Amino acid sequence: MLEMNQIFKVFYEGTPDEKIALNKVNLSMKQGDFVTVIGSNGAGKSTLMNVISGKLVPDMGTVMIDGVNMTSLAEHKRAVKIGRVFQDPMAGTAPTMTIEENLALAYNRTKKRTLSFGVTKKRRDFYREKLEMLHLGLEDRLQAKVGLLSGGERQALSLLMATFTDPKILLLDEHTAALDPSRAELITNLTKEIVAKLGLTTLMVTHNMQQALDLGNRLIMMDKGQIIFSANEEEKADLTVEKLLAEFQKIKGGAGLSDRSLLS
Amino acid sequence: MMTAMFGAVESGVIYAIMALGVYVSFRVLDFPDLTVDGSFVTGGAVASIMITAGYDPFISTIAALFAGFLAGCMTGILHTKGGINPLLSGILMMIALYSINLRIMGKPNVPLLAEETVMTKIESWFTSAWSVLLFMLVLTLIIKLIIDLFLKTEIGLSLRAVGDNEGMVRSFSANTGWMKVLGLGLSNALVAFSGALIAQYNGFSDVGMGIGMIVIGLASVIIGEAVIGDSKIARATLAVVVGAILYRIIVTLALRIEFLDTGDMKLITAIIVIIALIMPKVLDKQKEAARKKKRLAQLNADGGGPVA
Repeated sequence: MLEMNQIFKVFYEGTPDEKIALNKVNLSMKQGDFVTVIGSNGAGKSTLMNVISGKLVPDMGTVMIDGVNMTSLAEHKRAVKIGRVFQDPMAGTAPTMTIEENLALAYNRTKKRTLSFGVTKKRRDFYREKLEMLHLGLEDRLQAKVGLLSGGERQALSLLMATFTDPKILLLDEHTAALDPSRAELITNLTKEIVAKLGLTTLMVTHNMQQALDLGNRLIMMDKGQIIFSANEEEKADLTVEKLLAEFQKIKGGAGLSDRSLLS
Repeated sequence: MMTAMFGAVESGVIYAIMALGVYVSFRVLDFPDLTVDGSFVTGGAVASIMITAGYDPFISTIAALFAGFLAGCMTGILHTKGGINPLLSGILMMIALYSINLRIMGKPNVPLLAEETVMTKIESWFTSAWSVLLFMLVLTLIIKLIIDLFLKTEIGLSLRAVGDNEGMVRSFSANTGWMKVLGLGLSNALVAFSGALIAQYNGFSDVGMGIGMIVIGLASVIIGEAVIGDSKIARATLAVVVGAILYRIIVTLALRIEFLDTGDMKLITAIIVIIALIMPKVLDKQKEAARKKKRLAQLNADGGGPVA
């Protein structure tokens, strides 16, 4: 489903700030794979996401989605195949528009926008039915402005908006990091439920090791622009946070406690 | 006095179309578009030059609308394709249009007094003093209704979302660049349409008639929002229409003050906008202070909570 081949991306090339964000990264995901990505700040996780979503174009390498080369396709064009949820709950919704209008925007991700109404009686029933999946009572507040919702509700809505049109790839960029523990758990459970139900091919970045272990069927660890550790389904089943940290320190050559604190 | 007021409402209704255009760029797209000062004149210039050339005034006015659309699209293209800052792309287009408008008109002022215009036609159809006012009111409300409906279509929704959260709409596969171009085109089409009608209403088009037009548009939007509110699209656009009429009334009243003359118009406009921007905040603060005072009095009466 997703094939990333020899992806190389450098920032501020030729200046003293030069930083290799992705160093010849290869990543292959099959239909239905759910890969969790961990790594300290600056490891290249977000750059990896942005190269897939098209926000960044890699300096070298190719990105194939569903058998089509998307390496330099414009962000909005490849969005037809990609659903995204961002870290900031404010980022995934339009605050001055109502819940149903936001859903109407998301509904059009895979379709051409026309001059027909975004919210019709039939569509409203459809949106209501989808919102019921969140168990937050949002189905009764279709005409509430999204700006009035709490961070957790917004993030749940963002998750629904990103997924209810069956994206080929779902990108979750630390989408629970800005929420309190109970809301984060709610979103984590919703993620698990929705991804399983729709069988979505998912890539999730997280700083929470436990979450990375709980979710998904594969795990990769990134550092300095490279994938330094990768666990398949069986290996992942045996992993614990302690084992992951030990693994990380072994690869880093005992770089010390500072990394541990960054990761846990 | 009554005739002055009548004139104020009449022209206010026509300026409301321009204000609706400003609403689309300023509020919907969140794009402070200064093209308006130029495209308003472009509308007047295209219409008046076509009318003096013998074209039907209605067709001339529609042509003005398209000219404005093109001007707005150019600003959008400067911003999205050229990567120029929104304010600057508007200013550049405004300056460019000044010369273009002079080229269209061929001279700084084109009189229309002897010509058949939309206004003279309307007056010939219905022989009443109210005919122009009523016709323009219906026209303006139809335009308002079309905007309301358009902003609820799939394209309209993504246009609104561009002004609200651009990154989000792009992640839902909308081409935000072209959305902005389209929005600015529509905005300036309305502005030029209004300019064409104002030229015919005043009986001339002048290369300087657009100066400060963006501020008048903003004044209308802001006054309307302060008076009517903007909780829903239909309400917000109604507010803009009412705001445009109110603005004309306020200016007419202000000009009746002895020591003010027509040259002070722009100063009055600026002061109106400043007041309309500051007043809601001052009122909110006063309400907040009153609430705090009340709560404190209540707290003292209850003896207050435990000291932590």
